[in-house]
Amino acid sequence: MTVVPISYYLVLSAVLFGLGVVAFVFKRNIITIFMAIELMLNAVNLAFVAFARAYNQLDALVFVFFVIVVAAAEAAVGLAIVITIVQNRQSLNVERVNLLKL
Amino acid sequence: MTLSVFLFFAFAAVAVLGALLLIVAREPIHSALSLILVMISLAVLYLLLGAEFIAAVQIIVYAGAIMVLFVFVIMLLNAGEEERTDWSKLAKYAGVPLGLILVLALAYWMARSTIAGSAGAAAPASAAVSTRELSEQLFRTYLLPFEATSILILIAILGALVLAKREE
Repeated sequence: MTVVPISYYLVLSAVLFGLGVVAFVFKRNIITIFMAIELMLNAVNLAFVAFARAYNQLDALVFVFFVIVVAAAEAAVGLAIVITIVQNRQSLNVERVNLLKL
Repeated sequence: MTLSVFLFFAFAAVAVLGALLLIVAREPIHSALSLILVMISLAVLYLLLGAEFIAAVQIIVYAGAIMVLFVFVIMLLNAGEEERTDWSKLAKYAGVPLGLILVLALAYWMARSTIAGSAGAAAPASAAVSTRELSEQLFRTYLLPFEATSILILIAILGALVLAKREE
């Protein structure tokens, strides 16, 4: 084996995405849940870059660029929301944020 | 085993290890640092795939700007150890196997799709994507979406300011 097959990258991307889902579901800290979302976005980006290489398409790389830009905007707004929640609830635990829960 | 294969397995292992550390760590700051580890190893994988510009952006924007924002908020809120909560029975007996099935199914289908598409296996080793071609694509074909993202960022800044402003 001299060159790594593209499918290896895709499997790694799937594994990272799965770990991101697991972190998203099991973590209780609202900031860590945000980081799990970033991990999933990173896994998708890896799949994009791998496909860009496999099919020799530059469009996928442009998409990765846009994903990174949207992730930056999302992180800014999301962390502002986190700060507001902590000011109102005095807790980072998502189980304390239960106004809409039946 | 050539250098690129060795680098792939080394940094793939580091990425998976970092993702596991993110899940296991109880302090948010440890999670943030392990996520930075994942991002840097992904940047190395992008370099192996010939996407130099994306690798640089990954380091500068993701591992730099976004994660600094996360670390800053963790320090601002003085976020300590996560409170332990019992996993519900449903999470333990249905969630973990279903998560594993999701990972395996995703991996299987993604690996299969490239092999079936015949573009898969060994990509040409020399075809590094030049930043010039990428920027031509970005500023010609995708000019309008590119401009739209600048407005998106502006709105995000305004939204963050309005949200985080202390109410009088």
